[in-house]
Amino acid sequence: MSRKDRSRGLLVSPIKNGTVIDHITAGEALNVLRILGITGSTQECLSIATNVESKRMGKKDIVKIENRELRTEEVDRIALLAPQAKINIIRDYRVVEKKGVEIPKILKGVVRCPNPGCITNTNEPVESTFEVLPKGLHCLYCDWLIKDDIANHII
Amino acid sequence: MYHIISIRDFGRRDLDYLLDRAREFDAGECRSATLDDKLVALLFFEPSTRTRMSFATAMARLGGRSIGVDSVEASSIVKGETLADTIRVVSGYVDAIVLRHPKEGAARLASEFASVPVINAGDGAGQHPSQTLLDLYTIRQSMPIDGIDVGLLGDLRYGRTAHSLALALSLYGVTLHTIAPGGLEMPANIALELRERGMEVVEHSDVQEAIRELDVLYVTRIQRERFPDSASYYNVASSYRIAPDLLAGVKDHLMILHPLPRAGEIDPAVDRTPYARYFEQARNGVPIRMALLHEVMK
Ligand SMILES: Nc1ncnc2c1ncn2[C@@H]1O[C@H](COP(=O)(O)OP(=O)(O)OP(=O)(O)O)[C@@H](O)[C@H]1O
Ligand SMILES: [Mg+2]
Ligand SMILES: [Zn+2]
Repeated sequence: MSRKDRSRGLLVSPIKNGTVIDHITAGEALNVLRILGITGSTQECLSIATNVESKRMGKKDIVKIENRELRTEEVDRIALLAPQAKINIIRDYRVVEKKGVEIPKILKGVVRCPNPGCITNTNEPVESTFEVLPKGLHCLYCDWLIKDDIANHII
Repeated sequence: MYHIISIRDFGRRDLDYLLDRAREFDAGECRSATLDDKLVALLFFEPSTRTRMSFATAMARLGGRSIGVDSVEASSIVKGETLADTIRVVSGYVDAIVLRHPKEGAARLASEFASVPVINAGDGAGQHPSQTLLDLYTIRQSMPIDGIDVGLLGDLRYGRTAHSLALALSLYGVTLHTIAPGGLEMPANIALELRERGMEVVEHSDVQEAIRELDVLYVTRIQRERFPDSASYYNVASSYRIAPDLLAGVKDHLMILHPLPRAGEIDPAVDRTPYARYFEQARNGVPIRMALLHEVMK
């Protein structure tokens, strides 16, 4: 634990093993958890801090997940909401790995297609699939384009 | 395996190749290219006479056979069964599947579950690539497509034929003139995509303003369901109707196309002018679909 963290020790307690997602765009922590598929009904032991002061970002959010190491493929989708997020893997209280997030080219099963006529909104055995373009998310089934408010479309 | 799903999957060279093949079939130059040992399934989960008949005709002209289900039988097939399962089962019977379905993206999904090629014959408000190909084919019969001025008239908001034709024309350096009633204008994201593809898109508020510049006028159906009441429908429909008096001063080689069936968009008196080419266009569905069927099963 660094000294500056200890001074904020009341905010979130240290974890022995797990993942810390740091430098999340302020206010996006809960959406980050949703996009990871971590909800109140899943097993993980979570600590969440929002609007924490940060030298680099002004304000930021932090999420700490105990006993779970997130894999790159599941974590990259965070970049849609929090492009500056840093993933820290913690083992025995120490940061053993630190990586940024990269926007994936394809999102499968992450956002729901807003087009009610889209085949992905039926009982067919298929996941929504969007390609990530500079102008938005493009549904590879019906060509719908999600331009903003991505958080609202997370499954 | 080769599927025909969306006009977006085709580059200029693919389109030209298919148009060339269709011309060869049209000219009877491909007598040896037959599909006499092949069977195609026409799965139509939505009513369509024209498209279905022209696929059946094309298959028969190639010496092949087709089996099919129409919307009534199809609806009993799907009772409780997913399209994915239907496609897996039918894949075991035939050499290719032609699919018409009310949901957008259905053909893409089918191609993922099929073990034979899938041809999209229209998926809801989505894609209908064989229609676009026959539109291009009809234009190219009369003039090179490169650099011409094409007007799209009618419901450019919901009209899928207009969208996919515009996308295809963007590969040919065409200038697009859009003429649509208020509320039925081309969606902004499609116009943006066209401009990103380098297309010049000019919006007009009435036909008269644009018609003398055009080499091709593509008229689409204005559906009554899009309007709150029949008075406002008739009002709009009559101001967008193509009648002989509108055609004074147009280019000699102007072609008027329509995917048919038409409602009241084109006055029957226009049929007798040299500009009317929509019946020829409908007929071209056969060589185009011959080329597609042959391409995926050869
Ligand atoms: N054992 C732990 N339990 C909980 N959080 C921890 C633990 N170890 C580190 N962290 C948190 O993980 C984040 C990254 O830790 P690190 O020690 O790498 O900080 P840093 O040097 O500020 O890194 P960065 O440059 O990414 O901000 C910090 O927010 C820190 O508070
Ligand atoms: Mg830090
Ligand atoms: Zn979709």
